[in-house]
Amino acid sequence: MSGASGGGMDDLYREHILDHYQHPRNRGTLERPYITYEDTNPLCGDRIRMDLNVRDGKIDAVRFSGTGCSISQAAASMLCEAIEGKTLDEAKKISRDDMLELLGIELGPVRLKCGLLALKTLKAGAYGMTQWPGEDEDA
Amino acid sequence: MKASDTATASLDARAVREQFPIFRAERAKPLRYLDSAATSQKPDAVIEAMDRYYGTINANIHRGIYRIAEEATAAYEDARRRLADFIGARSPRELIFTSNSTAAINLVAYAWGRSQLEAGDAIVLTVMEHHANLVPWQILAAERDVELRFIPITGSGELDLAALPTLLADGRVKLVGAVHISNVLGTVNPIAEIARQAHAAGARMLVDASQSVPHCPVDVQALGCDFFAFTGHKMLGPTGIGGLWARRELLEAMPPFMGGGEMIREVKLTGSKWNELPWKFEAGTMPIAEAIGLGAAVDYLRSLGMERVFAHDRELVAYAMERLREVPGLTLLGPSEDKRGGVIAFTLDGIHPHDVATVLDDDGVAVRAGHHCAMPLHEALGVPASARASFHCYSLPEEVDALVAGLHRARKVFAR
Repeated sequence: MSGASGGGMDDLYREHILDHYQHPRNRGTLERPYITYEDTNPLCGDRIRMDLNVRDGKIDAVRFSGTGCSISQAAASMLCEAIEGKTLDEAKKISRDDMLELLGIELGPVRLKCGLLALKTLKAGAYGMTQWPGEDEDA
Repeated sequence: MKASDTATASLDARAVREQFPIFRAERAKPLRYLDSAATSQKPDAVIEAMDRYYGTINANIHRGIYRIAEEATAAYEDARRRLADFIGARSPRELIFTSNSTAAINLVAYAWGRSQLEAGDAIVLTVMEHHANLVPWQILAAERDVELRFIPITGSGELDLAALPTLLADGRVKLVGAVHISNVLGTVNPIAEIARQAHAAGARMLVDASQSVPHCPVDVQALGCDFFAFTGHKMLGPTGIGGLWARRELLEAMPPFMGGGEMIREVKLTGSKWNELPWKFEAGTMPIAEAIGLGAAVDYLRSLGMERVFAHDRELVAYAMERLREVPGLTLLGPSEDKRGGVIAFTLDGIHPHDVATVLDDDGVAVRAGHHCAMPLHEALGVPASARASFHCYSLPEEVDALVAGLHRARKVFAR
């Protein structure tokens, strides 16, 4: 990763990031979620809550709520889209690199935390995982 | 030029700026530094004073018998004298060097708080405190079963002093702590009035002066406070050095905070006698070069004149507020320009402060985004975060123009 804003502003605020930020998919909460978990990025005040309903091992509904910058909110929207309909096992295998690939932008060390907050929340809520498989907790 | 002329002539910020190497450094885009409330830039005079110490008289203080040790000691104590004089202390003995404001407030919380407060006592703070003047008291409150009370803020971001008599009424309050100038809202708080009421209720008064000592004339006697904490790196000095001023009788009565070398007069295996003030509170080798650098910062600020530094801040903040009001969807936080120092925080509809800061950074404009170590204040304001621009003696109106241009650009980026 290079500088604080990766490849510069125009690279950071690509069309799809802004699209997910301004028209988030799966935004909201579930009435009686099977799994619900909230986490924050204390540095920025970003806050993400993930609600999941699971039927026969499959994620049949997922919603996110919270506040934060475009990167954190777009990432949550993209992640929801990616895991809806997947099995919990499949969702469990999503790595931080997969998340960064979904985002498709280069993130500097500060914004990396924004980009990974949703996945961190999902993993902690769904599996009690506090670190990425095979990696340091340095997320 | 007579002193009265100096006070009225305005600051030549362009000439001042030339004396700061960071603004002379070659870079792809000019640096528009609007984050002086986080830390100020350093003039040549400060960097050179520290270099001179390391290059010519580097030695530990208060110990060596040889010449450079004596010179180092003299330079360190001379810095203390200048700093004490700068804030209106009666004696340099009342001025303890600490690493920053946070350390100064913790010193009070540990040495004074733990020897004076007991279960059932109360501390009054304000909703606009920086975490540095909040968390040390939360720790003490939990440990000693002490109650924390808070002066609320009004809709315009000022302290709601109408609430203070009620907060003090039961006579259980032992300490009132308040920030002098808010690091988010810029509000200049009426410390002297708060101190008067605190004293009438039998409480001590602590001031977090992190944003005032660097920007305006201060006089601890006129403020009528008992404890006064500030930090060097926001006042053109180096990081790692700051100060606690307190009334001598309070310092004399307080037990030490940290034990070790220098803070003792006599040590036996089973007990020790404490050194006299101020060294009783300066255990271990202190940041000598930093103290000397801070002394040079005081000289530099004095040469500019604090009245003029403050007038410059306020001129810029008034200009910034006028220009920021032109930006659609922008909300200014805090009071009107006549009630604030050189700090302006704002939010922009539909764009998170982090995104604002990222777009601005692309134009070389450095602002702070987040909660600025004042989470309870942001909660009271009903915003999760804000962006903040802040000024010092080297700040220029065209930096405000660059900020405003950047904000228009941010709106364009997000208007799809």
